[in-house]
Amino acid sequence: MSILIDENTKVLIQGITGSFGARHAALSLAYGTRVVAGVTPGKGGQKFENTVPIFNTVGQAVNETGATASAIFVPPPFAADAILEAADAGIELIVCITEGIPVMDMMRVKEALRGSNSRLLGPNCPGIVTPGRGEKSRGGCRIGIAPGYIHKRGNVGVVSRSGTLTYEAVFQLTQLGYGQSTCVGIGGDPINGTNHLEVLEMFNNDPETEAIIMIGEIGGNAEVDAARWAMKNCRKPIAGFIAGATAPPGRRMGHAGAIVGGEEDTAQAKKRILAECGIAVSETPSDMAKTLLECWGK
Amino acid sequence: MNIHEYQAKELFDRFQVPSPRGAVASTPEEAAAAARQFSGAKLVIKAQVHAGGRGKGHFKNGFQGGVHLIESPEQASEYAVKMLNETLVTVQTGESGKLVSKVMIAEAVDITHEYYLAILMDRATCRPVIVVSTEGGMSIEDVAHNSPEKIVRQFVHPLLGLQAYEVRKLTAALNLSGDIAKQFAKLLANLYKLFISCDCSMLEINPLVTTPDGRVLALDAKFGFDDNALYRHPDIVAMRDKTEEDPREVAASEFDLNYIGLDGNIACLVNGAGLAMATMDIIKHFGGDPANFLDVGGGASKEQVTAAFKIILSDPNVKGILINIFGGIMDCNIIAEGVIAAAKETGLPIPLVVRLEGNNVELGKATLAASGLNIVTADDMADGAKKIVAAVS
Repeated sequence: MSILIDENTKVLIQGITGSFGARHAALSLAYGTRVVAGVTPGKGGQKFENTVPIFNTVGQAVNETGATASAIFVPPPFAADAILEAADAGIELIVCITEGIPVMDMMRVKEALRGSNSRLLGPNCPGIVTPGRGEKSRGGCRIGIAPGYIHKRGNVGVVSRSGTLTYEAVFQLTQLGYGQSTCVGIGGDPINGTNHLEVLEMFNNDPETEAIIMIGEIGGNAEVDAARWAMKNCRKPIAGFIAGATAPPGRRMGHAGAIVGGEEDTAQAKKRILAECGIAVSETPSDMAKTLLECWGK
Repeated sequence: MNIHEYQAKELFDRFQVPSPRGAVASTPEEAAAAARQFSGAKLVIKAQVHAGGRGKGHFKNGFQGGVHLIESPEQASEYAVKMLNETLVTVQTGESGKLVSKVMIAEAVDITHEYYLAILMDRATCRPVIVVSTEGGMSIEDVAHNSPEKIVRQFVHPLLGLQAYEVRKLTAALNLSGDIAKQFAKLLANLYKLFISCDCSMLEINPLVTTPDGRVLALDAKFGFDDNALYRHPDIVAMRDKTEEDPREVAASEFDLNYIGLDGNIACLVNGAGLAMATMDIIKHFGGDPANFLDVGGGASKEQVTAAFKIILSDPNVKGILINIFGGIMDCNIIAEGVIAAAKETGLPIPLVVRLEGNNVELGKATLAASGLNIVTADDMADGAKKIVAAVS
């Protein structure tokens, strides 16, 4: 088992003919992911790399191919519309990679998705990977932009707001011989579709996941909410890391969501609360995997 | 992005949010003309800089105070001469101060009561929240700390927008009645329109005042805009005053680099915002002091790395550089070639430690080693941080 996706998940890509979308569609195909369709309005009927059919609408793509997950690579002004189109077509998992979507757009999208059967990951996220069992973890499901080859199939769940910090944690785990069940990027924006708590809940219910790494950063209270939930409900060991201890208050550190607003959303406060909730907090980003193995008793 | 007081007034006027009458001036003549326009009213002249603490600031030419009461058009002109094209130093500008290129002539209003009014985007609920308090004119953090019951919040439905009953609740919370309540209701509705239409992340009026002649006015305002939405607001982008920003940050933004200057002496160059923050943290953890946040994004092209080097080296405090790149998809050898080219173009007057990981990393490291440049390679983040801290101390 894994969470949200597995090697059988049928994936479509919105924005497959743009340079960014095309590049990562090709990498997902090479990884062994079942990329069954692309969507680019006006290019319906064409084929991506002579194999993957392209449709004008997500609805057509779903009807023809049975895709249940979508990766969105469209530019920021059109991304909110793309998310809503995917939800309208009944896509179960919408993964929005696009960075730079206006907050007001996401506010409306978030409200519109309330009560729907679609789950949104992101935006501004690296996507999600359930590693495969082949060489360099091929044969898995890779939706988004993460490097597939650093993964290894195993029993650690990883959830993070940051792309490169996720790769860092995954790489450390794989180097030490520990694989991952699923690695989830929830994105660095202030309003996102899925938060840390929801992913922890899924990992807690997933029999294959035995331990968890949760990576957060300054800004907001999502990590704190997740930690308080985990203290009461999570049966699995968790290691955490919070980036931004040296960030000056009031400045947006790259990610639109990474900004210290008050005393509660500093790195120091979050680390303290995580520790109080029984999460093993890694002092440096170099020790994320090591910290997990210690609290996991490995 | 920040805007000036006179620009905030322009937005208020456009959305019919009442604020004290006023006009902006770039020359002493314009200042005098503005003062004539509002003759009869008590007037103030205010230096236009983004920093707070203007009233208690001083100009480098010795003139005291960036805000003054004025009695006549002649005096407006006289003060404008002392302020325009002069440098104002306040508690928020730092020693170097800010050049004043505009002044605002505004009505000095008498105040009956000061209130607090703000609209913010609330992350936890993913909707706008209106915050009001009867305790205006002071720091809202202090009110929250000393008398939290005096702060009232109203969340607004993202799709329905502000409802009349919500306005009534807030009016009641502020104990407003009669014509003042009507004026407040209209002001709030217009302010909410402004917040949504201009893609604001924050809009704070402190104080909102009532006056003895029965008006409700936004006296001082602070705007925050969502950078992601600026593409659809060319009018707001045009309000950007680059002279108010850190020149290094302006230069970085021209190369799509995300740079924030800090006070330390170890510069860092990283791909990804989270990793960039974590790199600053690990430098600090091993006893160093980061000089900046710099995210080169997913690409890290030779041009970007070269531009980043130039910006980093323009900071005289910088005594060493740590590059930390996790090239998951990118070819590490191409990054190595970019680093070498940038180092050669800019000269390399200070120690450089490079931590590369990811795709084709062995070749990338070999390329760095063969360059003949004084580049130290690191095996992981901790190793890189330790090496650069040792090199600068």
